[in-house]
Amino acid sequence: MSVDTATVKRIASLARIAITDEDAARMAPELGNILGWIEMLGEVDTTGVEPMTAVIPNTLRLRDDVVNADPLTGGNIREQVLANAPVAEHGFFAVPKVIE
Amino acid sequence: MTELTDLGVAGIRDGVRDGSFTAREVADAFIVKVSQAKALNAFLVETPEHAIAAATAADTAREAGETLKPLAGVPIGMKDLFCTKGVATTAASHILEGFTPTYESTVSQNLWDAGAGMLGKLNMDQFAMGSSNETSAFGNVISPWKRNDGGNASLAPGGSSGGSSSAVAARLCPGATGTDTGGSIRQPAAFTGISGIKPTYGRCSRWGTIAFASSLDQAGPMARDVKDCAILLEAMAGFDAKDGTSLQLDVPKWEAGLSANLNGLRVGIPKEYRVDGMPEEIEALWQQGIDWLKDAGATIVEVSLPHTKYALPAYYIIAPAEASSNLARYDGVRYGIRDLPTGAGLQDMYAATRADGFGPEVKRRIMIGTYVLSAGFYDAYYTQAQKVRTLIARDFEKAWETCDVLLTPTAPSAAFALGEKSADPIAMYLNDVFTVPSSLAGLPAMSVPGGLDKQGLPLGLQIIGKPLDEQGVLNAGLAIEQRAGFTARPEAWW
Repeated sequence: MSVDTATVKRIASLARIAITDEDAARMAPELGNILGWIEMLGEVDTTGVEPMTAVIPNTLRLRDDVVNADPLTGGNIREQVLANAPVAEHGFFAVPKVIE
Repeated sequence: MTELTDLGVAGIRDGVRDGSFTAREVADAFIVKVSQAKALNAFLVETPEHAIAAATAADTAREAGETLKPLAGVPIGMKDLFCTKGVATTAASHILEGFTPTYESTVSQNLWDAGAGMLGKLNMDQFAMGSSNETSAFGNVISPWKRNDGGNASLAPGGSSGGSSSAVAARLCPGATGTDTGGSIRQPAAFTGISGIKPTYGRCSRWGTIAFASSLDQAGPMARDVKDCAILLEAMAGFDAKDGTSLQLDVPKWEAGLSANLNGLRVGIPKEYRVDGMPEEIEALWQQGIDWLKDAGATIVEVSLPHTKYALPAYYIIAPAEASSNLARYDGVRYGIRDLPTGAGLQDMYAATRADGFGPEVKRRIMIGTYVLSAGFYDAYYTQAQKVRTLIARDFEKAWETCDVLLTPTAPSAAFALGEKSADPIAMYLNDVFTVPSSLAGLPAMSVPGGLDKQGLPLGLQIIGKPLDEQGVLNAGLAIEQRAGFTARPEAWW
């Protein structure tokens, strides 16, 4: 499996990670090796095998339809939610201007 | 009298209960040890005030004649993957620098509710991605162990729970939390001569634990013996409505159920785990482990887990795929660092923040995950890996028809030196060859120390159990522990 620099840059862009040409060139053979290694899965016959979705049988629960039943996952904690934001303004997360 | 810091979880709990010493004396003794062990770099944050507060509460309760909580007076170390209210939590990544959780993870809260105190937050591989603790943004953790060859090479404490393993082995804390996604409790435990158990997937709540690969992540304890692991796991586990995959089951009384009598137990030896190039000493220890379990009354059967060799490649698709999705949240908006180049827009801010904040191994895994989930590759890689995962789980189900637990080595080598494997990602990934299959199947598994190799370094044995049979795993571990008589400990150089 060979991965070229253009592919590395495309993946980095999809993953929203800025990458220099130099780093992309360095990563290309590295990712190529790893992807080449995991390609051995192709030799396993999986005809009729369902993909795993849950390792331990479990059912999805619905919580009671009660507001703030558990205060840890309830509402009205704006200050706590914003406490770690790099920039918060007027009670909101602030980001660079998105619309011109 | 024994030094208080030589006591384990049970010894401290019982001594505080019967008044042999106070919880405050214990906390103070460990706080001093932690403060003197900077050379190990095991702790990212020290929280003596937290340990002292818990100790004071235990001593006050005792003076008042109240029944003490299960872990009253026991100070522990907390892996930095667990969010701790008011205490910096970074998952050893630069991208979370400055993050102070406003809430407490369920697992840590359970431990505090049981009376434990926190000595500090433990260093780890960044976002739990690594097997040597060399991916932390805050420096390598050093193992307290040294080779007996007269050299002074710094050894890896294993990973990703390397701060936990180093701290417990060096007697900086009697027990610590770890998390295990593909072996991150068991491999570091083996490297440092301690015990550690990963319970069945769903036993411990993942709420408030920083996510790596959600279908695999499980918390578990690391301590110096099997009984201490049982005690800590009882406190950590339990149903939590805030985690959709939490198992709605009572927590068994694992400590009370401990028994090293294995009469009638069938122990499976998977033939596929005899990998090429496995050091003779590990092969010999494995045989020794078989003999110990026979001596304890067990019968030995050979079993086959035919898809074993596909477990690692399947893991290195599934775990990075889940990680690429989970780690999308680190975007410089809600927590952690923000890198906003002059004049940059929102997309550029995301990309710059993530380029600056993530370490090389984390970027590598996010990129692999992004690739295998991208259009045109999803079925060939991700769906195929999930199908292979089904086959791996079936291998185990088939094995349970003829045996009750499995015995294997924990890792394919003893601890290696820092830097020895960091240049080759695949060589590093191979460390988890024996631990990953049971992770993919969600099974309980533990590592116990079995002996030392010729260089004087610990080697571990792994016991894998049926779903929900932590008791069977702990009991087999106890039988090995009693026969191995592992008393070796690293000489303090730090």
